Amino acid sequence: MKDVELKMLERAKALLESGEVARVVGWKKGDFYFDPSPAVFESVEELEKDFVYNWFCGANLSKYLIQIAKKEGKTAVFLKPCDTYSFNQLVKEHRIKRENVYVIAVECLAKLDVEKIKAQGVSSVVNVEVVEKKVSVTDLYGDVTVLNKPDVILTKCDTCTKTHQVKDEEIILHERPERDVDRFAEVAKLEGMTEDERFAFWREQLSKCIRCNACRNVCPACSCVKCVFDNPASGIAAKANDDKFEEQLFHVIRAFHVAGRCTDCGECSRVCPQNIPLHLLNRKFIKDIDGFYGEYQAGETSEGKTPLTSYTEGDIEAKDVFNGEAK
Amino acid sequence: MLKIAKERLNELYAKINETMGLFIPIKRAGEVNYAIWKDGKEVSLETLKTVKSPKNMFFPQSENLMKFKKDGNNLEVIDVREKLGEKIDERPFVLFGVKACDYKGIEVLDKVFLADPVDSYYQMRRESTTIVTLACSRPEESCFCNAFGIDATAPMGDVTTWLDSEYLYWQANTEKGEKLTAIVKELLVDGGEKEVAAQQEKTKEIMAKLPYANLDLSRFTPENLNELFNAKEWEEMSEACLGCGTCTFVCPTCQCFDIRDFKTNEGVIRFRCWDSCMYSDFTLMAHGNSRTTQMQRFRQRFMHKLVYYPSQNDGLYSCVGCGRCVNKCPQKLNIVKVIKTLGGKDND
Repeated sequence: MKDVELKMLERAKALLESGEVARVVGWKKGDFYFDPSPAVFESVEELEKDFVYNWFCGANLSKYLIQIAKKEGKTAVFLKPCDTYSFNQLVKEHRIKRENVYVIAVECLAKLDVEKIKAQGVSSVVNVEVVEKKVSVTDLYGDVTVLNKPDVILTKCDTCTKTHQVKDEEIILHERPERDVDRFAEVAKLEGMTEDERFAFWREQLSKCIRCNACRNVCPACSCVKCVFDNPASGIAAKANDDKFEEQLFHVIRAFHVAGRCTDCGECSRVCPQNIPLHLLNRKFIKDIDGFYGEYQAGETSEGKTPLTSYTEGDIEAKDVFNGEAK
Repeated sequence: MLKIAKERLNELYAKINETMGLFIPIKRAGEVNYAIWKDGKEVSLETLKTVKSPKNMFFPQSENLMKFKKDGNNLEVIDVREKLGEKIDERPFVLFGVKACDYKGIEVLDKVFLADPVDSYYQMRRESTTIVTLACSRPEESCFCNAFGIDATAPMGDVTTWLDSEYLYWQANTEKGEKLTAIVKELLVDGGEKEVAAQQEKTKEIMAKLPYANLDLSRFTPENLNELFNAKEWEEMSEACLGCGTCTFVCPTCQCFDIRDFKTNEGVIRFRCWDSCMYSDFTLMAHGNSRTTQMQRFRQRFMHKLVYYPSQNDGLYSCVGCGRCVNKCPQKLNIVKVIKTLGGKDND
């Protein structure tokens, strides 16, 4: 990943120096190896000091562009394959002006989850080397532990087969191995449960929710200027956290709201401090949309009609869904 | 000093539960948080950091304050206080397994809620609680309690405990602690001084080596308030902030709340719930909002922890170095990065 980082840094510097872009959106170093933050760079000095791209740059930078791309001059951004779907979707919804952004597609090869590494008994990570499916983690005390990569990647990367959907140029130095994964396997498992079992599953998971709104705030599909739940004038503003299931329907409402627009970027589950598998709610919607209207991937393009916002005579009727006659 | 074998801890919990409620780190759906103990629940004392701090035992995330019923021209005000915001019995309770940082966090909250005018809801819970602390033996890289003068190997509380692979060691510190000890005494045997001392020494060695062992807080003084407030670095530090409430809700010392009325068929319920200075409507008033940007909200949180609160509380910082925000911020922004950027010249 170091070679990719160097290449990215070189390009970012060149773009700023030539004046082609006014700023670059990427990641900056943290205190450790595993805590880079999204950042905006406006000078070569800033880039040289702090720019980083490593195995922990899991954050999706697309949503930041809603604000940043409104600034004077062009903005360059580094997007991983899954991030490009969010970007396209935001362009489609007129939240980002495509011409204001210079997209550099960067390779991903799955990002790592420091919490999962900790769960394997390794803390204070100072460096990581990845060779195919093995991750060698060096800790602060100089010890090296070899872990299986599939055990320690971000949940959102578990079933990802996404490819870059938009780019002005690309930085891809390593070929990604073919993956044979089924992203709906977990949804199917939930569908296979009895209603009571499924209710118990979500009750247990959602009881952990602290209503911090991290899932909503990070979600590229949640791009309302003011969320109804934050608006005192809406009459339904809510910050109270309650261990009643009714209260926890917040997440179900949110899943409905982003249905058909959710690209399955998985940021909601990445940021949840209580590790609630929120992405499974969204995936259920995606799976149903695929079944009802034919396969559809939000964010694959920034144009065209979408199944939930365009009517055709052949559309499935609600009664068929409830009667279980849906295709 | 007293001790009890680790495999008998369940008996200890059951014994306490005979006369008192017990709140203890419990694993539910994969995550460990403080919750009411019942037989069969999975207690996890080994977990270094519960996701939420134990503050919700005294200051629940949502709590009903009172109820109003209108009958003609009469307005009835009904006291609806419930212990802990949960409908449990009227018993006093034991908060078990509190780490040194979180215990200090309770001291920070006490200065807010027990100062005049006293918050009677908080006070009621606080006074009926016996706190059993647990020393740390495996601190991790996000820990920095020592920057605030906290000794993770010897937390105070009504009872202090230490845990190793075989025993839980027990030492009562206060009258409340002695009373609790009397209740569980039949399960405890003498011994453990040597083991505890050895564990403390080992833990201190780890603490000294931690990457955040030597944070320099020297610039966070009331005299530097304006200079810190106007620091140009806030823009850059807050750039990636999502404006979510994760840091404030997992924090053991964040104490802000909102009060709202909720209309029901049975009248109006007035409740309070945690609020977050990271939220866009936090300072919303009739005239508008005094903080209009995320930078201002971000700055508020850290200025409060490191400058405003200490300037009003004899220099006591309202960060205790638990490191939860370090672990949980979705975009890896945190108070340590602020301390390193603005705290003092010895931070590199």
